[in-house]
Parts: sequence; C-alpha cells; structure tokens
Amino acid sequence: MIISSPKDRQKLEHLLQNYRSVFLVGCGSCATVCKVGGEEEVFATQEWLEEGGRDVTGSMILDEACHIMRAARELRRFRDQVEEADVLLVLSCGAGAQSISDCTDKPVLTGVDPLFLGNVRRFGQYEEKCSLCGDCILNETGGICPVTTCAKGLLNGPCGGMEDGHCEVDHEQECAWVRIYHRLENQTQGVFSHIVEPKDWSRKFKPGKHLLDRKSFAEPHK
Amino acid sequence: MSFFSDKLQAGRFVITAEIAPPKGTDVEAALATAEQLRIVDAINVTDNQGACMRMSPLALSRLLVEQGYEPILQVTCRDRNRMALQSDLLGASALGIENLLLLTGDHPRFGDHTASRPVFDLDSVQLLKGVIGLQNGIDMAGNRLASAPRFFTGAAAAPAAEPRQLVIRKIEKKINCGANFFQTQAVFHRPQVESFMETVGNYKVPVLLGVLLLKNTRMAQFLNAQIPGVQVPLNLLKRLEGVDDPLQEGVQIAREMVSWARELCQGVHLMTFGREDLIPQILAE
Ligand code: SF4
Ligand code: SF4
Repeated sequence: MIISSPKDRQKLEHLLQNYRSVFLVGCGSCATVCKVGGEEEVFATQEWLEEGGRDVTGSMILDEACHIMRAARELRRFRDQVEEADVLLVLSCGAGAQSISDCTDKPVLTGVDPLFLGNVRRFGQYEEKCSLCGDCILNETGGICPVTTCAKGLLNGPCGGMEDGHCEVDHEQECAWVRIYHRLENQTQGVFSHIVEPKDWSRKFKPGKHLLDRKSFAEPHK
Repeated sequence: MSFFSDKLQAGRFVITAEIAPPKGTDVEAALATAEQLRIVDAINVTDNQGACMRMSPLALSRLLVEQGYEPILQVTCRDRNRMALQSDLLGASALGIENLLLLTGDHPRFGDHTASRPVFDLDSVQLLKGVIGLQNGIDMAGNRLASAPRFFTGAAAAPAAEPRQLVIRKIEKKINCGANFFQTQAVFHRPQVESFMETVGNYKVPVLLGVLLLKNTRMAQFLNAQIPGVQVPLNLLKRLEGVDDPLQEGVQIAREMVSWARELCQGVHLMTFGREDLIPQILAE
C-alpha cells in the first residue's frame, strides 16, 4: 500500500491563495486506509475550505485513483462541477494525482506528500519493507530486505555505526544486518557466504514501464 | 610502493594520525597540522567526516604529497556513485596518492547537509573489490583501462561492536577483497581489544588500533551521545572527572591504549582533534 501524509494546512492555504472554487478528489484505496484521502478527510477538507471562504463545487472518491482510464471516466461524470471549479485538489498519492492531471486541463493540486510503499503493522502503523528496486535480493537475505531496511542499503553486512545491534541512524531500530544474521545463522548459503555484487540499478530505469505480453494472459505460468 | 606499506609489510609498528580538510579554501592551518605530524608514518585525510561538507580530501592529499608527507586518502561511499568513485580514484593515482582507506561513510543525517541524498551505490566491500579491478586494468563495468593505478588499500573495523561474529563476517569479506590493513574505531576497553585480536589476528592482516584523545568529560559525553560506534566507559568518565587537569589525564589514558596496541596490534591510529602537539607525549614509552 502507498503511505502518504497530509500536507499541513498552512502550506495548502498558500497553494490555494489564488483560487476561489475547488473540486475535491479522494481515493478509496490506500489514501483511505492511511487516512489522507478517504471520505472522512475529503469531508473535513471541504469544511475547512468553506470556512476559509472558498466554494467547493463538488467532490468524488475514486475506487483507485491510480487507474488512469477509470479516473478519466469518473471525472467526466462530474463534468459540470469540475468546469465550475478554478482548481482540483487531489487527496491521493502522486500517482493518483497524475491520473487526474492526465485528463483535465484545469490546474490540479495535491494535498498530500506520498512517503513509501508500506506494510501495515496495525491500523495507523506502517513500515517500509520494500522499495521496489527491480533487482530483488530477498532470496539471499533470509527474506529481509537490506536495500530498504538498512538505512544505507548495504549489501555485504553491517556498517561501523551499528551499536549493540541497533542502527546508527535510528537507535530504536534493530540493525537490518543483525536481523539477517540471526535469520541465516544456521544456513551456509546466502549473503554471508560470498561477496554480493553491486546492485544493477539499470533495472530501476525511470520512468518505469512494464507491459504484460498477451501470452502471459493466456498461459500465466509458462 | 609507499613507505607506509613497506613498513607495515615488514611487520614493523606504524603510527598514523588524521587531518580534516578545511571548511573553505585556505589550507594553511591543515598544512600547519601536518607539520606537527612529521613524526607519524602516514596521515589520513578524512572525507566529509561526520557527513559535514569540507574541501575534497583528494585535493588536500595531493598538497600533502607535494610537501613530502604520505597521505592515506579516505574514500566513503556516501556521496558518490561507482562512476564518480572510480574516476576520483584514477585521479588520485595520477596525483601520486597510493594509500587508501575505503569506508562506508556516516549517514548524512548526522552532518550539516541533512537534506542531501545518501548515495551508497556501493558498500565498502564492493568498493574494495572495485579497486582490485582497477589495479588489474578493468573498471567496474568490465571495460579495459588504458593504464592501471596502484594502490595500498585499507579498511575500517569496529572491535567494540556487537554481535562480534557478525562484525567478523564483514571483516572476512573485506580481507577477501584485498584489504591490506585495518584502522579501528577508538576502543577504550582492553578486553575488547584482546578478544578482537584473538580472532582477527589469525588473518595476519595488520591492525592499527584507534586511539582517541579524550580532552575532558564533556567531550566523552558528546562521543557517547553523538558518534556512532564510539563508547567511553564509565570508569574513564570518572577518571576525567576526578582530576584537576583532565587533558593530562586524557593523554595518560591514550598512552595506556598505545601500550595495548604495542602489545597486541601492529600500530596505532591517533585521533587528537587539534592537539597534535601532544602526540609525542602520547607515544612516549
Ligand atoms: S531487494 Fe528489497 S527493495 Fe528490492 S525488490 Fe526485493 S524487497 Fe524490494
Ligand atoms: S547500523 Fe545496520 S541498518 Fe543501520 S545503516 Fe548501519 S548497517 Fe544499515
């Protein structure tokens, strides 16, 4: 899930200073779960905008704001309200915001700062465990990702800042390499048995593009 | 090769110290410090130490070479990707710099540019291996070099860090990737040096024990709170507190650590932070 945090109201106020009327867009997926762009937050934002003397011409919550075609279709359904607005304010991750900017010529603002791909520990507590590096090393590291959970993304063991098994960058956090070490303690394979080569960052070419070919639809496990 | 490497390889006791490049363009003070370090075998030149931006250590190392000193160029993986690192290393070789200390580097969170992007494209093991390649005339992408550099490479070790077995695994990797010597972080507890050398001594790679001059209690407390991997034990804090002249007590403590090194290691790496004038006292037997 994509974890985001809301931009602070003062910043938003500054962004909106030249606009009188706003159309609001939320997202029913990640943004709802991490409480930045669900029904509740869209409603609260509407109240805040109106208290500040702005018109809210309408609002909608997309099922998944990252679905480009569906976002375009939904936006067409609200054409009049969108037309009436000076600006669209999107409360979803940056991907969702760009589905919207992709299908309207109106100015589009985003009201959140997207942070990371997160696991949910429990409600309201999220942890980053994978940063989608494109060259996955989990099979060698006992299923614990050093690219993401080591503050320096090291691949061959801990740095000199590790103290009593904790990370130099965040003392509350166990060093990722201590976790990997304990997990692999009784295995001869894995990262400790050889030099791990530098990562192939060409796999992380930007902007990412991925096309499923027709065959993989027909024969998924070939 | 370098005098430093000759002396180490001949099994003799070596002494290194360090200089930080200036925060600015004037190298006068750094060269004055170097003058006080004529008595040591080689001088480490730190690389944006503590993640604080300063002059390039490559530039200062070259100036030291010109003045007849033997620098150990510190190179961290924090600020440059593999292309920039290799290109700087070729430059270093062309400028007559032979000794390298290859490090991971402190995280930018500790420094004066906290908003900068941490690079860590390589880790210290991969950088060591990359340097072997360069010396064999091949870059990290497998391309041939028109001419190959020659270096004497070292790496860092943290004898006080736990879990010890994990630390050893990384040290083994560094040795497998051509580390010719280790300079350690400051260790204040003799049993830690003993047990570390019991294991690492078996690899026959020279270890230079990190010896840090404690100037007063405040500095010791700062190290404990702020510097990753450095822990001044309570009994030393008490010793510094209980005397009229804490600096002199600090020199005494450093002398004790140098004596452990003479007994157990093959050298010392002195960190004196502006009191290089006290080095002769610290080294006095
Ligand atoms: S190595 Fe880590 S960041 Fe890369 S794909 Fe695997 S889990 Fe994700
Ligand atoms: S202490 Fe461990 S987790 Fe933290 S940066 Fe160093 S190696 Fe990575």
